[in-house]
Amino acid sequence: MKVTTTVNGTRQEHDVEPRTLLVHYLREACGLTGTKIGCDTSSCGACTILYEGESVKSCTMFAAQADGGTITTIEGLAATDGTLHPVQQAFHENHGLQCGYCTAGMVMATVGFLQENPAPSERDVREGLEGNLCRCTGYHNIVKAVLAASEAMQ
Amino acid sequence: MIPAAFDYVRADSADAALAALQEHGDDAKLLAGGMSLIPLMKLRLATPGVLVDVGRLDDLSYIREDGDQIAIGALTRHRDLETSDLLAKQCGVLRSVAAQVGDNQVRHRGTLGGSVAHGDPASDLPAALLALDATFAVRGASGERTIAASDFFRGFLETALGPDELLTEIRVPKAGTNGFNYQKFNRRAQDWAIVGAVAATVGGQKRVALVNMGATPIRAHAVEQALQSGASVADAAQHAAEGTEPPTDLNASVDYREHLARVLVRRALEQAG
Repeated sequence: MKVTTTVNGTRQEHDVEPRTLLVHYLREACGLTGTKIGCDTSSCGACTILYEGESVKSCTMFAAQADGGTITTIEGLAATDGTLHPVQQAFHENHGLQCGYCTAGMVMATVGFLQENPAPSERDVREGLEGNLCRCTGYHNIVKAVLAASEAMQ
Repeated sequence: MIPAAFDYVRADSADAALAALQEHGDDAKLLAGGMSLIPLMKLRLATPGVLVDVGRLDDLSYIREDGDQIAIGALTRHRDLETSDLLAKQCGVLRSVAAQVGDNQVRHRGTLGGSVAHGDPASDLPAALLALDATFAVRGASGERTIAASDFFRGFLETALGPDELLTEIRVPKAGTNGFNYQKFNRRAQDWAIVGAVAATVGGQKRVALVNMGATPIRAHAVEQALQSGASVADAAQHAAEGTEPPTDLNASVDYREHLARVLVRRALEQAG
């Protein structure tokens, strides 16, 4: 079936099987490999993207469900001149990563979270990112980065 | 993990969804938010031949007053429940429980109707609806009917919904802004409850329901009766495991779940006040 979406402002049209998961559509059909597959069971959040502006786990959604929709992936955050999104900048400055595998999902979940809760407490951040796991257990600096991003974006 | 192949049909109306169910029979399955069904399909524990996507039936996404009840469209997402001003004023318990489902990403996609129709005893919202004596409006080829929550959950992932029926609306009483609490016990923040206990107050009476203490969500009738007979919260909570048949799994044994039920019911009732 044909699945047409707008990903990071670009129209994408691909012929895929109905069982194609959104994360495979993004990585294999659109060639956007910034979105990672971690646990593949809806637990770890590495595959988090924004669908219609809200954070979702792209391993637990069919591409068919996103037909006609608008998607933002990690590749769509920075400005065209390379200026990082404030959340990316905050992760960079606070060393909000260790091995980096969870980072794209953490950043996308943070962008979605800060839209809904622009001035969170540390506890809010920890609860708001409960759907994202860092197997290096690097949460301390991730939380610091999210709080720094929220200040930078006010 | 890749699900088994299926045909995809997007329903643009409730009638179209019902027609598709009629046409494809047992081979068809409704897809709402997909937060329970898609993981099962990826594990190939569910292999429907046809998926009928009702996720875009926006006319079944609403929360509104209806006399002395609140009517909620089956496709209302958890995120809409947890941010609803109407629920904050009229049924705080449902809003509070919705906010504890899964994680942000799951709550953006998951729907109340999907959670009810899936009928998982480990889900949070079905127990809350059982405590509230909710009613479910259902449409099928032969018309509409209403099913009480107490008659709806029949067995493990088994409900009173027919294979050609669509859950359209959930109705709950106006249970107010206080007198409720949800105790969800798990080891990791986003996990299913190992055991959960919902306490709510409806018309001045305490209601208690349990998560993951049997094949279905369960009302803790013995606790409610003890409270009505004037027992203290601590004494009433001792009855929490009566009539339950909790599972044993790698998280907890039967004994431990029974212990948790007693402790969590006591905490829920103490917090509910």
